[in-house]
Amino acid sequence: MYTYTDFDRDFLRARVAEFRDQVARRVDGSLTEDEFKPLRLMNGVYLQLHAYMLRVAIPYGTLRSAQMRKLAEIADRWDKGYGHFTTRQNIQFNWPKLSDVPDMLDALADVDMHAIQTSGNCIRNVTADHFAGATPGEVEDPRITAELIRQWSTDHPEFAYLPRKFKLAVTGTEEDRAVIRFHDIGIRVRQQNGEIGYQVVIGGGLGRTPMIGKVVRDFLPRADLFAYLEAILKVYNLSGRRDNKYKARIKILVHETGVEELKARIEGAFETQKRLLPDLNPDVVNRIHESFAPPAFKETDFDPNTGQTPPLQAFIDTNTHPHKRADHLSVTVSIKPIGGTPGDATSDQMRALADIAETHAYDELRISHEQNVILPHVHRANLPAIYAALRDAGLATANIGLISDIIACPGMDYCALATARSIPIAQQIGEAFSDLDAQHDIGPLKIKISGCINACGHHHVGHIGILGLDRAGVENYQITLGGDGTEDATLGARTGPGFAYDEIVPAVERLIETYLDHRSSPDETFLALYRRLGLAPFKAALYGDTHAKAA
Amino acid sequence: MPRPFAPKIATANHLLEGDVIYFTDPGWSRDHSDAAVAQTVAEADALLARASQEPHLTVGVYLADAALVDGRPAPTHFREAFRTCGPSNYFHGKQAE
Amino acid sequence: MTDQTQIITPEGFAEDRFAETPVPTLEDYRGGVAVFLPVNADPASLAPHFSVLSLIVVPFASSADGRGFSLAAALRAQGYKGHLRARGHILVDQFRAALRSGFNDVEITTTQAARNPEAQWRAVPLGTGYQSRLFAA
Ligand code: HEM
Ligand code: SF4
Repeated sequence: MYTYTDFDRDFLRARVAEFRDQVARRVDGSLTEDEFKPLRLMNGVYLQLHAYMLRVAIPYGTLRSAQMRKLAEIADRWDKGYGHFTTRQNIQFNWPKLSDVPDMLDALADVDMHAIQTSGNCIRNVTADHFAGATPGEVEDPRITAELIRQWSTDHPEFAYLPRKFKLAVTGTEEDRAVIRFHDIGIRVRQQNGEIGYQVVIGGGLGRTPMIGKVVRDFLPRADLFAYLEAILKVYNLSGRRDNKYKARIKILVHETGVEELKARIEGAFETQKRLLPDLNPDVVNRIHESFAPPAFKETDFDPNTGQTPPLQAFIDTNTHPHKRADHLSVTVSIKPIGGTPGDATSDQMRALADIAETHAYDELRISHEQNVILPHVHRANLPAIYAALRDAGLATANIGLISDIIACPGMDYCALATARSIPIAQQIGEAFSDLDAQHDIGPLKIKISGCINACGHHHVGHIGILGLDRAGVENYQITLGGDGTEDATLGARTGPGFAYDEIVPAVERLIETYLDHRSSPDETFLALYRRLGLAPFKAALYGDTHAKAA
Repeated sequence: MPRPFAPKIATANHLLEGDVIYFTDPGWSRDHSDAAVAQTVAEADALLARASQEPHLTVGVYLADAALVDGRPAPTHFREAFRTCGPSNYFHGKQAE
Repeated sequence: MTDQTQIITPEGFAEDRFAETPVPTLEDYRGGVAVFLPVNADPASLAPHFSVLSLIVVPFASSADGRGFSLAAALRAQGYKGHLRARGHILVDQFRAALRSGFNDVEITTTQAARNPEAQWRAVPLGTGYQSRLFAA
């Protein structure tokens, strides 16, 4: 894992001091709210409905136990004893006072963490595959590239006041767990004739105009990465729209200009950058490579039957992912207890996770974009002990990838932009399907819920997507079906009119009944069935036969 | 037919604390029912202008619809109702104070 | 600089070295020593004049509009060596980015200068950032 140098640490302290000064200047009137807002956003501070919110970066989702313990301490000392893990590998604290934020940032800096560029119209915290460095089939650990990008994009003088936010994600496998086709720039590490390079995708995004990113380079040699990224950012900064914030993302520029024309402009800027940009500093690059070397994996003889119980087996079946070493696994810890708030962990749970990682899992934790926590490297011999410790902490829910593993944005319970609530819908769906055996019978299913058209809950790429709207002063929920955020990127299709707050959960239940009635075998997933039969049977179940025929 | 004018209150968040506050003209309260009420468009414009004069104390001042219940203002839209109490997933915010 | 504006250099508030130099708009530019370059202009169009130009002024209509930073960097990338000035709504907190993008100084209104006195600008740390370290080949 990357460890900070004195340079990184000095930089963080200087930024905290700067933010402390900015708050003071806001209070004394040197800065107006309009001037202060972009500055506080660039330091992760949002104003929500009931309070400020501090969004802390977890670069490429990787944490050490000491960092997780510090997050727990911050939650207890300045917040309400919990934190919310988000789809962009951040953690959000929902109740800080503006006057406390500088102290919170200093506490974060104690463990090499920060909230820089987690919000605002700048290059955001870069995300990566949550199984990076652990999964089989990886060309290279994508965090090497992600860390290089973090350093390049941090405090970049040219790109801090872009037309709109700018998000990058990196993956190192052909499978896509980083949702690269729905980012402003998606990067896939590739290998060609023994050389490392990148597939580059631009112009993806969700929000009110969801778009799937377009490939602009199939293989960009590694040495050209930053010249190319700078070329994209320069073209976007100078020609992205600034007249309408809903049309300001690069996806709209791609759409309005045409990908071929834009690609030509990018290539033009790239030629100049390639000529001018000096080579990367080999000391920095080597240090980054070394810091992502795998841990010293434990070699032990072990009997896989020791400590085996049916609940443990069920947990292993749902909550683990293969590791590049046969004697190891990656464990996903569900932060989706039945009836709980997706992504919320208490400070005690954070400490339990830190202890487990430290004792049994090489001191490493990850945050996934599906709002869960991952122990990337776990020796199989440690599974019984880990499972027992997770149970004690209330973190052993065996529901990964199932109907109750729901992504939900904060919605109207916290967010100032929301048009409806999303958390209670997730809670109620979890309760309606609380029986884990029934969940297993339903099989893999991704439900994703957003509380407004901004789509922070990724509803467009949910197998079942739910979008909360305000229809004449009443909450109303639209359903989309068949979305997919993986390498088969697909946007969900709308079923028809929305449902009231107390109708939406029964509507989801009808969708599930329809699936169970129509599937050819238990192996046919919800998504596969939808692809085979389309909307019709689901519409019939939602709105009745007459409506389905008319539509 | 144009919709009849709904009474308005001015509300914001506290600059340093971040919590929801209501303009009592002059001054601010944490309690919706203390808010000063505007009964006409002209009164509402004037209320917003006066409420906006303390940028060192407030963020994001705006007008919200209200209904008079026993002579005191109460929220009409569900968003404003949430702002008077707090989130629905935890007993936090104003409902716990 | 006019009576209504203030020049700020890395050393602090300063007199305008170009107080006597007329700065025509791009439309009125006829190959002289100074020009006002709007942010939607193509920087390459000025390249033939770089050898005679000694002042280019780039406007910042709002502190949220960061086009000027990329425009400055593009002018430097294409070989402009003369004086580059950022004029308009530039925050103290953007001073470092402005200098690092290639500007020599900034010009703000005296109203803003009253809110943001010299001490605030002088307190800005001008040390180098990540980029110069990352690309120090
Ligand atoms: C204070 C709360 C939040 C606010 C005000 C907010 C605001 C927004 C806005 C305005 C957009 C649309 C951007 C556009 O299309 O131009 C957006 C998109 C997005 N947000 Fe949030 N958000 C919040 C919380 C969250 C949370 C909690 C998550 C993670 C769970 C999240 C993740 C995302 C993602 C993944 C997108 C869509 C992808 C994209 O097109 O960039 N946001 N957000
Ligand atoms: S989708 Fe809308 S309601 Fe949900 S967090 Fe994003 S902006 Fe807020």
